[in-house]
Amino acid sequence: IGRHTVSRTNTLRGLNHSPGGELPLVVTAQVDLVLVLVSLLAFWTRLSRLSYPNAVVFDEVYYGQFVSLYMKRVFFIDDSGPPLGHMILAFGAYLGGFDGNFLWNRIGADYPSSVSVWSLRLLPALCGSLCVPLVYLLTLELNFSHLAALGAALLLLLENSLIVQSRFMLLESVLIFFVLLAFLSYLRFHNAPNSSWSRFSWLLLSGASCAAAVGVKYMGVFSYLLLLGVASLHTWNLIGDHTLNVCVQCVCRFMCLVVVPVLLYVFWFYIHLGLLSHSGPHDQLMSSAFQASLQGGLSRITQGQPLEVAYGSQVTLRSSASQPIPCWLHSHRANYPVRYENGRGSSHQQQVTCYPFKDVNNWWIIKDPGKQKLVVGSPPQPVRHGDVIQLVHGMTSRFLNSHDVAAPMSPHAQEVSGYIDFNVSMAAQNLWRVHISNREAESDVWKTILSEVRLVHVNTSAVLKLSGVSLPDWGFRQLEVVAEKLFKGHSSVLGWTVEEHRYGTSQEQKEREAELHSPTHIDIDRKMSFWAKFLELQWKMLTVKQEDSEHKYSSSPLEWITMETNIAYWLHSSTNAQIHLIGNPVSWGVANLSLLAYQLLAAVYLVRRRRGIKDLPDAVWCRFSCLGCVCVGGWVVNFVPFLLMEKTLFLYHYLPALCYLYVLSPALLEHAHTHLLSSAIQRQALGVCVSAVLLTVFLSYRNFCPLTYGSPELSANQLQGLRWRETWDILYRHR
Amino acid sequence: VSVQGRANFKILRDTSTLRNRKSFPTSAPNTPVSKGQSCPTGNDAQSSNGTSAQFSSRLSDRHMCTVLLVLVVGLSFSTRLYKITEPPHVCWDETHFGKMGSYYINRTFFFDVHPPLGKMLIGLAGYMTGYDGTFPFMKPGDKYEHHNYWGMRGFCAVLGSLLPIFAYLIVLELSRSETAALIAASLLIFDTGCITISQYILLDPILMFFIMAAVLSMVKFNQPFSASWWLWLVLTGVNLAGALGVKFVGLFVILLVGLNTVWDLWRLLGDLSLSLVDIAKHFLARVVGLILFPLFFYVTVFAIHFVVLNKSGPGDGFFSSAFQSRLIGNNLHNASMPEYLAYGSTITVKNLRIAGGYLHSHWHLYPEGVGARQQQVTAYLHKDYNNLWLVHRQNTQSPTPDLVRHGDIIRLEHKETTRNLHSHLHEAPLTKKHFQVTGYGNNGTGDANDLWQVEVCGGQKGDLVKVLRSKVRFLHRATGCVLYSSGKTLPKWGWEQVEVTCSPYLKETPSSQWNIEDHINPKLPNISLSVLKPHFLEILLESHIVMIRGNSGLKPKDNEMNSKPWHWPINYQGLRFSGVNETEYRVYLLGNPVLWWMNLASLGLYLIMVAVASVALQRGFSLKHSHVLMRGGGLLLLGWLLHYAPFYTMGRVLYYHHYFPAMLFSSMLTGITLDILLKSADLLLRPPYSDWLQRAGQLVLLFTVLHSFYLFHPLSYGMTGPLAHEPGSSMAGLKWMDSWEF
Repeated sequence: IGRHTVSRTNTLRGLNHSPGGELPLVVTAQVDLVLVLVSLLAFWTRLSRLSYPNAVVFDEVYYGQFVSLYMKRVFFIDDSGPPLGHMILAFGAYLGGFDGNFLWNRIGADYPSSVSVWSLRLLPALCGSLCVPLVYLLTLELNFSHLAALGAALLLLLENSLIVQSRFMLLESVLIFFVLLAFLSYLRFHNAPNSSWSRFSWLLLSGASCAAAVGVKYMGVFSYLLLLGVASLHTWNLIGDHTLNVCVQCVCRFMCLVVVPVLLYVFWFYIHLGLLSHSGPHDQLMSSAFQASLQGGLSRITQGQPLEVAYGSQVTLRSSASQPIPCWLHSHRANYPVRYENGRGSSHQQQVTCYPFKDVNNWWIIKDPGKQKLVVGSPPQPVRHGDVIQLVHGMTSRFLNSHDVAAPMSPHAQEVSGYIDFNVSMAAQNLWRVHISNREAESDVWKTILSEVRLVHVNTSAVLKLSGVSLPDWGFRQLEVVAEKLFKGHSSVLGWTVEEHRYGTSQEQKEREAELHSPTHIDIDRKMSFWAKFLELQWKMLTVKQEDSEHKYSSSPLEWITMETNIAYWLHSSTNAQIHLIGNPVSWGVANLSLLAYQLLAAVYLVRRRRGIKDLPDAVWCRFSCLGCVCVGGWVVNFVPFLLMEKTLFLYHYLPALCYLYVLSPALLEHAHTHLLSSAIQRQALGVCVSAVLLTVFLSYRNFCPLTYGSPELSANQLQGLRWRETWDILYRHR
Repeated sequence: VSVQGRANFKILRDTSTLRNRKSFPTSAPNTPVSKGQSCPTGNDAQSSNGTSAQFSSRLSDRHMCTVLLVLVVGLSFSTRLYKITEPPHVCWDETHFGKMGSYYINRTFFFDVHPPLGKMLIGLAGYMTGYDGTFPFMKPGDKYEHHNYWGMRGFCAVLGSLLPIFAYLIVLELSRSETAALIAASLLIFDTGCITISQYILLDPILMFFIMAAVLSMVKFNQPFSASWWLWLVLTGVNLAGALGVKFVGLFVILLVGLNTVWDLWRLLGDLSLSLVDIAKHFLARVVGLILFPLFFYVTVFAIHFVVLNKSGPGDGFFSSAFQSRLIGNNLHNASMPEYLAYGSTITVKNLRIAGGYLHSHWHLYPEGVGARQQQVTAYLHKDYNNLWLVHRQNTQSPTPDLVRHGDIIRLEHKETTRNLHSHLHEAPLTKKHFQVTGYGNNGTGDANDLWQVEVCGGQKGDLVKVLRSKVRFLHRATGCVLYSSGKTLPKWGWEQVEVTCSPYLKETPSSQWNIEDHINPKLPNISLSVLKPHFLEILLESHIVMIRGNSGLKPKDNEMNSKPWHWPINYQGLRFSGVNETEYRVYLLGNPVLWWMNLASLGLYLIMVAVASVALQRGFSLKHSHVLMRGGGLLLLGWLLHYAPFYTMGRVLYYHHYFPAMLFSSMLTGITLDILLKSADLLLRPPYSDWLQRAGQLVLLFTVLHSFYLFHPLSYGMTGPLAHEPGSSMAGLKWMDSWEF
């Protein structure tokens, strides 16, 4: 088995004291030529002609926009994954001198000459090529032979779908790389002798790779959990061992595999937030405090506002809910219609709505119910938690009012209006109690941007709430604001924050209107702590839902096993040259077979062991079950969760799971070779079969190469010949 | 080392069997006494005592055991049956399940998302106690007046009263400790939530009865191939089928028993003293007792359901035409109508998907932003005059009835609104890749987009369209798409009816196939049609699919506070069973918060204790109670998890009372956990003091349970007068959480 390891020994002669003595300085280098060879082949298959096609391919259109935003350091939110993956892609672009000036608007658009396509695609391709040697080493660490390792490496090397996925600006290859690295370094650690402390550097590397894998895509969590499971099993066995200092061992492992990854994961966000310092298209999704921390945008407006809201303050109140859209409490000179379409009556008082645009009608003045004046006294008298206030609309001077009249769209809630006295024995009910939900002390002061308040109606104890429903035409399609009687639990639709704020100085209506139209400017700087930003960003990323769009090439998880669907990545603008995500069908077959075979074999072994029949020596059994834990376990955790997901899924989501199977297949064959087959003839037959299979794998790889690399161009007939399955969608251009 | 621990345990067990033999000399020496009959002391020190002392102590223990059981039975029944007829009006979901009980008595067909057994039992209980099925159960709050409702409530309460007794027996079997069993039973007896949910006409007490009975019989069968073993095995099977027959939540207990059985078989497989034949016998016995027999029982329940309900009723529209023809009073029962579809007929068109609905339209328009602002066309599950359509020729009204043939171009006019069935190149409201279908035109005049080509599936040009029996597709002339029911529920603007689209994908699926159900044409002779009577298995399958659809269709509504699974263990919010205002008689379903929080705390405590115990075992120490803790407690924890965790993945609307089965397991686990915790006092103190500590702990526990019950009992037995936040209320000062609404 060791035949393939060629060792070369170089001796260097140093300074000798005695010419006939031993060599004092010897360097021994062992080079695994097979490993070098497969690595070179991997680089060749993944890196050659990387800048072809010189056009946007498939999801590059999606990731590209974020790369551009990184280059311009503009803040964005992407719910598809944590920022590390995007940052790696952006780093590649940075190396190539990409300035972010490219409009990623459609697949197939040509890159201008100013964009270095090669460097955009370089890092994923490098990661993709490194997966091949990693798989080789992983098989060795699972205690299988170099031949099995070679088999695994070849399967990975000749897998068309992995090649396609590596060669473009996509993240799967990066994810697979880190996952494999994590497992490899963990097994290195596990196999190293107990005494050496240097092995903990492997563990540390494993933890770091886990953090990187999770940082690239959330999907990495599944592999991380599997690795944690395997590690805790090993640690559990350690507890029974009385020869070791168990506590120290456990703590070290915990540090390396849990604490370090969590810290690193946060660190990705630290870099992310450090890089993206400018306001951008997704600002509106974030809280006012967050927006104020970004350069440009809100911070330009709010810079230097007074912090404490006082009686007489002029404020805009932003709803804490980001659904359906962020908006500000608003009123305008239009009344609720006397009767709605469905015949229900209203109070016919002035409309109060929530308006998603900046407007002078968003300004409200905080008034002390006991006093008449609308200006801030000196010193300013701050509003505290529990205080009762009135809110006066800046432009119309109407008081924010609520009463027992059904709201226009949500009849179960109370209407909120700007009070107009129609002399119909409907008294004003315009007192509101300020309830600061994120207060630190009972007498906390209402702060601009930082405080989230609820306005509780004093007469009815209903709470001012954004119902989220759009009003009809009479309400100019603005959002409805109501007061909800049933006040239960925490909800962001009930919270309001002061966004723009200044101390009012004019008592007269005319002056005040002029004041409201003028922009606010005073100079103080407010910072938000990193942790608060991190938590808010992470929470938003997990909860922001993009609308679930069906995609032409989306598929369901069960179709992946049989490769029912393909994905067309790119089609040449004039010829039939095209790139598809299609796996190597022979390899997929081998992978599926080995998965099935392993499970059958494991079941038989388990039952027989339970009955006291030991087919395998303990060491071999241990190796066999370890293989199952890593490979079959890896397949399960990377496949089964998708069955429960309701997202739009694509074939490339299966690739991580597939890689585990490619490790499994040759290892299983080796197991069969050494432990199941007894006679020499059987073994030779197996050898012949394996060679034949490898040959067909290679041939089918060659066969699909034109669809993998996008060249050479094929004729319609040839394309027809490549359509091995009815369900594959291969494009023909009629000329 | 753990093997040694287990061996210790075995020895202890053996001595207890020995003691049993001495105290029951009549039992045959070869058959060990069934463990259920014994009432072990849990005090192992006694095994070394002299024989006579031991004998008398055994006798008093046995006596004690009976007394305790009687006490549990008495308390349990008295707490549940107290004030059973109060309030004398319909409470909460009684309006559904009482009504469905009446349907059984009246033999009227209805549709419900739950399997029928629970409602059948309610109906049976009502029938036996003289309820005649005439009370309408219109809405909560309706007075029962002279109707005999106590029988149905009493039946549920009796089943509910058995729960603490079962809990007592289960915990006794698992832990062999009366203290643990007593703690578990008292937690359930004095829980206001358990009392309330048992006192009304609901499915939950019946469901929980079957769940607990299944678990009890599962832990009881452990003397292979004896008569009692077979009995318990069969009982387990029956109860599993019963649990599933009441609600689909019963699946979780099936899973629990299944996992336990697999574990048991695996243990037997490892027992090398058993031959393979023995193991095969074990395996087959379980297959028969736990799979085949329950399946048979479950199917029988459905068979009875279909036989009893033979009259047409409110649930007809959910089922296929063939199914409806079984029901007396349905217009398809012994139907007689023109056999072939003709021009000028009035028809209803039903989608062939199971629970597919009728092609429907109404005056309301699609809202702005959803395709063209034209009249809505939907699929609707109920029978309604808006389901009626007129069949017209392409252009002119023909005076003579002429038959429609495969390939003909027709126009379908909605009878009520005189709009034509219409489609165009706007995207459909939900399925964005399909086209919108609308009602268009006026008095039958529309445009070219109103034309549809009729195709009989598997037919040729010129074939006639058979009413009821032909599968028909409607192809849109202008765009070539096919009329399709996507099965997705429209939002509120569409009255939560089902979306109808025009699909450009011409695959033949039931979604794109329709049949003509009603067919009225006075100019044609009616012919009696004997529609193919469906096979029983087809009905069974169909009703299951309809139920599952119905279940997943119960989406949370806007503006309705929906309960989240994490609310439940912390007793965040209960349910109003009756009454809102100060003047009304109010009952509020809420678990006794002290007990529930104790349950929650002991879950955490249990996990800590297991972690400590397993580390200790792994390090080679042996602990006295670790087997009970891990095996018995583990089973109960698994039960709790299986009845709780799946709710996190459910999309349907959830309610507080869904937690009660899980709460039963949690309470039993608390019994075991607290008992072992108190017994572990000897790890801290020396014998006399540790015993004192143990007794003191038990007393404090007992006092806490009783006092908290005294405080919160008005929740179950009714409150009147001011609400809890006012000082004059009977619940003053007890509104510990803002979210409680009493």
